[in-house]
Amino acid sequence: MMTSTMLSTLHAVWGQSSGETLVFPTQGSDFAPAIDWLFYAITAISAFFFAIIVGVMVYFVLRYRRRPGHDAQPSASHNTPLEIAWSVLPGFILLAIFAAGFLIFLDLRRVPEGAYEIKVTARKWSWAFEYPNGLVMEDLHVPADRPVRLLMSSMDVIHSLFVPAFRVKQDLVPGRYTEMWFRATGAGTHRLYCAEYCGQKHSTMVANVVVHEPADFEQWLRIETDKTNNLPPAELGALLYKRQGCAQCHAIDDNVQGKAGPSFAKTFGTQQRLTNGESVTIEENYLRRSILEPLAQIRAGFQPVMPTYQGRLRDNEIDALIAYIKSLNPEATPKE
Amino acid sequence: MSESHLSTATAHVHGHGEEDYLSCSSGWKSWAFTLDHKRIGVMYLVAILASFLAGGIMALLIRLELLLPGKFFLSEDQYNHMFTLHGAIMTFLFLIPSIPAALGNFMVPVMLGVKDVAFPRMNLASFYLWIGGAIFFLAAVILGGLDTGWTFYTPYSTTTNTSVITASLGVFILGFSSIFTGLNFLVTINMMRPAGMTWFRMPLFLWSLYATSIIQILATPVIGITGLLLIAERALGIGIFDPARGGDPVLFQHFFWFYSHPAVYIMILPAMGIISEMVSTFSRKPIFGYRFIAYSSIAIALLGFLVWGHHMFVSGQSPLAAMMFSALTFSVSIPSAIKVFNWLSTMYKGSVSLETPMCYTLSFIFLFGIGGLTGLFLGALATDVHLHDTYFVVAHFHYVMMGGTLIAFLGGLHYWWPKMFGKMYNENLARIACLIIFVGFNATFFPQFILGSRGMPRRYAKYDPEFQIFHQFSTFGALLLGAGLFLSAGVLLHSLLRGRRAPANPWGGSTLEWKCSSPPPHHNFDWPPVVTEPYHYDHIQYDPKEGGYVEVEEVAPDPDDAPLPVKH
Amino acid sequence: MSDSSSVVAEPSATSHHHSDDHPRFLAHHFGSPQQQFDAGKFGMWLFLITEVLFFSGLFCAYAVYRSTHPEAFANADRYLDSTLGATNTAVLIFSSLTMAWAVRAAQLGQKTLLIRLLTITLMCASIFLGVKAVEYSHKWDLGILWASQFNPKDHAAHSPALLVLSIPAILATMITGVAFAVSRAKKSPIAAPFWFCLLLTSVAFFGGVGLGTMVPVIEESFTGVKHGGDHEESHSEQGGDRSHGHDEHANVAQGTDAHAGHSHAAESQVSEPQASIGNGPSHLLGQAEFDPTYTGIFFSIYYVMTGLHAIHILAGMGTIAWLVWRSIRGDFGPDYFGPVDYVGLYWHLVDLIWIYLFPLLYLIG
Repeated sequence: MMTSTMLSTLHAVWGQSSGETLVFPTQGSDFAPAIDWLFYAITAISAFFFAIIVGVMVYFVLRYRRRPGHDAQPSASHNTPLEIAWSVLPGFILLAIFAAGFLIFLDLRRVPEGAYEIKVTARKWSWAFEYPNGLVMEDLHVPADRPVRLLMSSMDVIHSLFVPAFRVKQDLVPGRYTEMWFRATGAGTHRLYCAEYCGQKHSTMVANVVVHEPADFEQWLRIETDKTNNLPPAELGALLYKRQGCAQCHAIDDNVQGKAGPSFAKTFGTQQRLTNGESVTIEENYLRRSILEPLAQIRAGFQPVMPTYQGRLRDNEIDALIAYIKSLNPEATPKE
Repeated sequence: MSESHLSTATAHVHGHGEEDYLSCSSGWKSWAFTLDHKRIGVMYLVAILASFLAGGIMALLIRLELLLPGKFFLSEDQYNHMFTLHGAIMTFLFLIPSIPAALGNFMVPVMLGVKDVAFPRMNLASFYLWIGGAIFFLAAVILGGLDTGWTFYTPYSTTTNTSVITASLGVFILGFSSIFTGLNFLVTINMMRPAGMTWFRMPLFLWSLYATSIIQILATPVIGITGLLLIAERALGIGIFDPARGGDPVLFQHFFWFYSHPAVYIMILPAMGIISEMVSTFSRKPIFGYRFIAYSSIAIALLGFLVWGHHMFVSGQSPLAAMMFSALTFSVSIPSAIKVFNWLSTMYKGSVSLETPMCYTLSFIFLFGIGGLTGLFLGALATDVHLHDTYFVVAHFHYVMMGGTLIAFLGGLHYWWPKMFGKMYNENLARIACLIIFVGFNATFFPQFILGSRGMPRRYAKYDPEFQIFHQFSTFGALLLGAGLFLSAGVLLHSLLRGRRAPANPWGGSTLEWKCSSPPPHHNFDWPPVVTEPYHYDHIQYDPKEGGYVEVEEVAPDPDDAPLPVKH
Repeated sequence: MSDSSSVVAEPSATSHHHSDDHPRFLAHHFGSPQQQFDAGKFGMWLFLITEVLFFSGLFCAYAVYRSTHPEAFANADRYLDSTLGATNTAVLIFSSLTMAWAVRAAQLGQKTLLIRLLTITLMCASIFLGVKAVEYSHKWDLGILWASQFNPKDHAAHSPALLVLSIPAILATMITGVAFAVSRAKKSPIAAPFWFCLLLTSVAFFGGVGLGTMVPVIEESFTGVKHGGDHEESHSEQGGDRSHGHDEHANVAQGTDAHAGHSHAAESQVSEPQASIGNGPSHLLGQAEFDPTYTGIFFSIYYVMTGLHAIHILAGMGTIAWLVWRSIRGDFGPDYFGPVDYVGLYWHLVDLIWIYLFPLLYLIG
């Protein structure tokens, strides 16, 4: 914490309010000034040595270029003290860079007490951000000036959550939790990317980070939660379809082809064949089972790739999704 | 001894009836079943250049697609296949074997003064294993392609429906090829050095290949077993790397980088060796601090095994591990810095001549300087968190792999081309090609540093429009770079048809390969060569009659035989 | 191996009687027979280093999973028969002895002894594979396979697994038998004894199968049924009872495992928040509890390690067979015995790897 205090002071001295430069996006968290400062420091050191190396090189080429009347002159073939000096001295500079990088990194990894916690679930190819009250959103909304801890996991392959404006990044690994934290500075909207290659639509696994003023955040959360809770089932289902990532694999439009899973459009109530040759009527029990045990009954022509939503959806949410799928086939006759 | 050697060398150069390794036998069988390290080297050269062409065309397609933020002409899947194959082909088929297997195979026995490598049949087997590995790669392309990225990270690679098994088998086989080459060099250099060739009289290229071979022997088996486990994971479901069966996908990353980080040094160490040779020859100065350069190669080889974790700072490893790997990463940069300082000092008070290989040497020092220094940003933990998996990393490793290994490979190719094929190329055109490559390279990759620090993730088929200007700059740079490479290829190929006949020693080099004729005879040396200290230039003088350099004795024992020293 | 073959240039039966400057076995690019021998030996050592590193990846995987899930490994051990493992260890150690003796015989030019010792080495390797086939097929019948197929049953199903695993040996016996008969009829001085050696080797496999079947039965008759766990291999009438006992054991283990797993998770929460908490597909992020998953992973590692080792045994058998052929031809003698020496080194390494595998896999219960 000490370093972070030190570095926020530095931030006040060094950075402009937005902090956007040619090489960096806006400084959106209080890590950003520290990391940018280290970046510029390394740049300065590198540029200095690079200038010397290239300068000496160019000078030697000009000064000692082969030309009539000039031949190589004898000089020492080695000089041990000199060589030891240039082996050891850079070590001190490197040590300083290492130490600075490590100290800031410790801050990145040390989550303060009482951080606001948001659960993050990644899957091919979308994000789900779950708030303490159970609300799930596909964009990340956070309060400003308050530490936010993300508790993250992946449902399928490795993803990586990257917010350039915050200068933070952390992999999400299936089968375990990882975590990261930041303190956003000032309201605004930033981009959030998946930085670990995760397949076909990796480059569209992008979301927004919306930073609210602390007071506005609570209000936003309340409004959004009320909105969600008071929706009729089919409309809640439509919302969950987007927020829980169903949309990545299931179309709701008959014209869309090539998605990983069957389309929801005009399916409810129809007879469909399964991979094991049997056929099944798409009705409430089939849908419920497919959400909770996706690999039990696979529609013919599809791969068994869907992760289970057991423990990720509450009963009313499953009901809502079923109602939504039902609403996508107006011709369906209710099963008696 | 030395005068008879001298007269024989002259006879070789003038005597057009002499058989060299190219003309001593003919017919496809004389190549396909050859045990001659020089012919194997030439076959390797042709094969890896073909891979480079394939990988390069893919690179251009990738860059063209990125002209527009959305879709231009490649679908997301096609783009993903393209960058995967570009990476896999360039790494496994081109960069790793480029200098050791092609130039090294040709030059190691000649520079050492022996007739062949220790195990010629194994050497040929290594080449055919390479071909086998390449066929598996080709099969992977045909049987559904590959979209895992060249890193094959699990569990993506265990779930994708592309041909991961075929490609992993390819990597496995190529690993054997690489091991055989390294093993051959280690045994050759350890056991077969002729009388007088002490360890510290070896040219530095041999030192660098010795260090490279150590890495090949120690690291490659690990990628072999990793590949086998990945195959077993996909084919049988053994669960070791698969979180769905309780396995640990991060373990795969440890296994993978335990090989693949040292593999970076398999690529760069031989490049440094070539630069050491060329900087000395074209400055006509003994290399400065020979022992420091030699030892630093070995130091890099050994330290390179301790830093693999720096590829995984954001993978969820413990802060303690991250700290250790970061600290060790900085330590490995020191031996590289030593080499750069020594190269510069070698030029001091020299007679620097800007022939094409020297142009590549200067280009190398510039580009590798940037590549090495930008490594500091990635070794430092806090900045790496931001830069990891962005275009900054892409730019960094292209500056090292391409600005380093490729530029040194091209320099070495131009340096040894007259020796290998007995022809001189057009010096001015080759220098222009080198300049175009240099400019095109920087235009391609420098903007990518800025893309990365601004937050553009790598391996993105589509991107936010704010990044477009940098991508466009990079793409135009890539086209220029491609033009330079094609010009360079044209210059070399033209020399084969129309080139002036090369003298034995066109550049005034002092190592043993310049003491046999160009191209060398079948057995390299028909007499045991006299080994003296390397990098001594006083007795090597230009001879206009010869069109190259010849050795003169300070006290010529037989004035009729020895050519007169002529200054130019 | 190819590196040892490559140092040999057209050897002939009489070459080692020459003592002139350039014997026929000396390749053109070597200066002296000593240099050639040293180069080959150094190359072989380097190759062995790559082999060690090749297996080291597996040992690492083993170490990682054993340290994170010791209970699963202890639990897995009851499926392995340490008596059979010990039998195989003895067979391999004996074969190392005969191999080392064979090198000595080659150096002394004792041709007949050399051929016999190499053949015994080959037969030991074959016996080893026979015992391994019994173990593998039995595990197949019990459903004890790698992670994705791990589905242990109380009673061994009777499947033709052993027969399937024996098919290569049956074919080899037939082929070598025919080849031997033909070459004998032709009175071929090299091929006839060579094929006879290979015939003996092929038949030895069935000796191994017999050994693998008999050893547990014999052991049981001496020790009774106390170490039930080790007796999974034998079909006894008390199988049901024993498996009941196992279930109890498993339950006890379950309790401790859950406890251990829990405290482990709690610890790692404190020290390393990113540590693994999940435990399986269905409890992605749930509380740690005993799960056969990791026993399955143990068997994945078991099959990969022993399978890769068996492949190395097969490769060794191929090269030893090549040595047999050359010994019969009379290539080796005091001047030239490099290939025997190199293959000997390889064979010792393969044995050594098994000597590590045996305790790590069979003796951890």
